[in-house]
Amino acid sequence: MTRLFPTPYHSLMLFTVWLLLNGFAAADLLLGAFFAIGIPVLVAPLCPKEPVTNQPIKVILYFLRLLLDIVKSNIDVAVRVLQNNKTLKPGMIAYHLELKGDLPLTILSSTISLTPGTLSADFSREKSILYVHVLHLEDEQAIIDNIRNRYEMPLKEIFKC
Amino acid sequence: MLEIICSVLLIIGGLFIFLGSYSMVKLPDFYTRLHGPTKASTLGVGSIILAAIIFSAINGGISLKELIITLFLFITAPVAAHMLAKSALHIQVKQRKGSINDELFENAKQQKDSPSD
Repeated sequence: MTRLFPTPYHSLMLFTVWLLLNGFAAADLLLGAFFAIGIPVLVAPLCPKEPVTNQPIKVILYFLRLLLDIVKSNIDVAVRVLQNNKTLKPGMIAYHLELKGDLPLTILSSTISLTPGTLSADFSREKSILYVHVLHLEDEQAIIDNIRNRYEMPLKEIFKC
Repeated sequence: MLEIICSVLLIIGGLFIFLGSYSMVKLPDFYTRLHGPTKASTLGVGSIILAAIIFSAINGGISLKELIITLFLFITAPVAAHMLAKSALHIQVKQRKGSINDELFENAKQQKDSPSD
């Protein structure tokens, strides 16, 4: 299984993008499957190993929640933009990471950037702290707890790390 | 009916993209300005693409190619914003005076692992 799909996410993404671009005819399915299996096998020695999850339902739930939060964050930022600059309290927070691994950290920092009022700015050298810029900082602890419970814990369960 | 939904989606999309661009002019410093385009544009482009999909569904063939645009936007927008913020910190771009946790900006610039580092 791991020999056929060394990086299952790449395979899945190649397959979906191929189908979306070319249509769903039998020939496209076949060629898409060929590329989705062939390309990752060829480039596997070049990429670092991806952690694999066996909980697809949690992944789907995570992305649905993310979609909802993106809509919320858009409205939130739009309202903030229309208010006076003087009421704005931008600030930085240091978020202590419990997650490890490149892929989970990338997903977490992207999630933080896409959700209400926060923007991941930089990692510390040992990747133990994520510096997060907040557009309107009122309750630091509430933001940290929100990230921890809503995003980091589910990701931790998904990737088991 | 579908055409009305289409038009509403287009208007919402245009509004969000406008607000995203307006925030680039209006917000006080570089770091806050990054918030506008990353967030507002994802929903803006998203709803315009949804409108395009519905419109092509009205005129026959459903095409899902547009979904790829959203997919790539969701992957690239946060990464681009992260890199911009990272390089801004690296070249010591000033934050607005009175930003909360001022010292953390300094820590972030040096990529400190702990405050005492």
